[in-house]
Amino acid sequence: MEIDPFIFRVSIFILSIFIGYYVVWSVTPSLHTPLMSVTNAISSVIIVGAIIAALAGTSESIFNTSSIFGFIAIILAAINIFGGFLVTQRMLQMYKKKKDKKK
Amino acid sequence: MISANLAAIFYLVSGILFILALRGLSSPDTSRQGNYFGIAGMVIAILVTFLSIGNFSTSIVYVIIFLVIGGAIGAFIAFKIPMTAMPELVAGFHSLVGLAAVFVAIAAFLNPAAFNLGNVGDIKLASLIEMSIGAAVGAITFSGSIIAFLKLRGIMSGAPITFSGQHILNLILGIGIFALIFYLCKTQSANIFWTVIIISFLVGVLLIIPIGGADMPVVISMLNSYSGWAAAGIGFTLENTALIITGALVGSSGAILSYIMCKAMNRSFVSVILGGFGADNSTKDKKENKDQKPVKSGNAEDAAFLMKNASSVIIVPGYGMAVAQAQHALREMVDKLKKNDIKVTYAIHPVAGRMPGHMNVLLAEANVPYDEVFELEDINNDFANSDVAFVIGANDVTNPVAKTDPKSPIFGMPVLDVEKCKSVLFVKRSLSPGYAGIDNELFYKDNTLMLFADAKKMTEDIVKNLD
Repeated sequence: MEIDPFIFRVSIFILSIFIGYYVVWSVTPSLHTPLMSVTNAISSVIIVGAIIAALAGTSESIFNTSSIFGFIAIILAAINIFGGFLVTQRMLQMYKKKKDKKK
Repeated sequence: MISANLAAIFYLVSGILFILALRGLSSPDTSRQGNYFGIAGMVIAILVTFLSIGNFSTSIVYVIIFLVIGGAIGAFIAFKIPMTAMPELVAGFHSLVGLAAVFVAIAAFLNPAAFNLGNVGDIKLASLIEMSIGAAVGAITFSGSIIAFLKLRGIMSGAPITFSGQHILNLILGIGIFALIFYLCKTQSANIFWTVIIISFLVGVLLIIPIGGADMPVVISMLNSYSGWAAAGIGFTLENTALIITGALVGSSGAILSYIMCKAMNRSFVSVILGGFGADNSTKDKKENKDQKPVKSGNAEDAAFLMKNASSVIIVPGYGMAVAQAQHALREMVDKLKKNDIKVTYAIHPVAGRMPGHMNVLLAEANVPYDEVFELEDINNDFANSDVAFVIGANDVTNPVAKTDPKSPIFGMPVLDVEKCKSVLFVKRSLSPGYAGIDNELFYKDNTLMLFADAKKMTEDIVKNLD
């Protein structure tokens, strides 16, 4: 009997939770704010779903009810992607060691 | 156009890059590189999505236009936002992830064929469950984050809003959502799908309004977690590995942060969620006997004198420093002290501020080197050997009552042992109790000098007096 592909996805999901668990515990507490902003940015990879939805319209009707939701979702996710990564970058630039300022 | 299998492999690659992005945050040195991994992962995921569709109709032009519009807005916000506004920014971003999840789920429900999920009215059962869970969690994330945003921004009062029967109502609505999803699977009715989303929006609001201002670190972490689970739900619907991996990572990351925050307040997750911390009557009791206790108060001159003659000073920042934007003045003060060969370190309580790591970011913004900033467990023993503790904008996290009075609502919460210092300088606007609604014993100790003023103004005055 064949294994349902759904089981494989669940396996990936559960293993990823474990990876997340160990990786996040190793994050230093002083970087918890950048952690939140970067997790926020990467969860916007949901944009792939938005793009699929938006491109589903035909040439005659680019904007149908379903693709409009896709287009709006693209804007929302794009705000998050750019905003999230850039603000994380901005924060991380500020973290300096003592030696740095003597340069 | 690339094959579905190749696309799946690329999605896996971007998932791995996201793991490396989080991994990089284990130290500030590797964190910037980690962020680039994250960006690379995102670029790969988006490009592969374009390539795997292949149907290059005029739609793609609009997709790119919308992408650029969103990106420009995001970049604008990222560069303009002041660091003190970081908690509300993160809350706002969470709401966008939540809403995007809802919209993708709606799009998939309206046009399942585009996602290979079957046809309208005949969507695959598993997909239907996944998309409705994704939509429900996304909706809760959205409205919950909006409330958190309004509270953090000060548009809405940070005070808990409670009413009788609140928890029962939430429970009924929660069960209702599951019952409706069950019916949805049987009937495939669009109306039920909309109802699920609307009720979920309502649950999000009800869930966050009873939670007060200082519990916000838990709320933000929790919403972070929800946004991850919502993404994972959609990932299952779209059968997309990158989204499943990311959702799991973000979900567990938020859950761990919530746990750390709860532990730092010695409160159970459930009690935070139920909200309404610090009942009114206890504050009233304290107000009556407040006047009777003697308090030593001083001015900037006294504070400057005390610190000049110290050999080691520990700074304890809190939310008040963020509100007053005093971090730059503080840094100036510390520079002056260091010139006099005084050893200065910073002690950060895990729940200082309104989000995990809030104080660290503000100090980093003011160019404080991160190796002078210590977490509670690393610095707590140093208070006994230090001359001055400079408490600026913190309150409950220094209250010795947490160690001595089992009746106190904060009993058992790990606190900074500020009182062990030879002298304590306490910058505060007034004697009013902190968030927990209890008096801070520290105010009345012999070795405490209260500095009643705005944190920024007081620090600036001290700087002048240090010359």
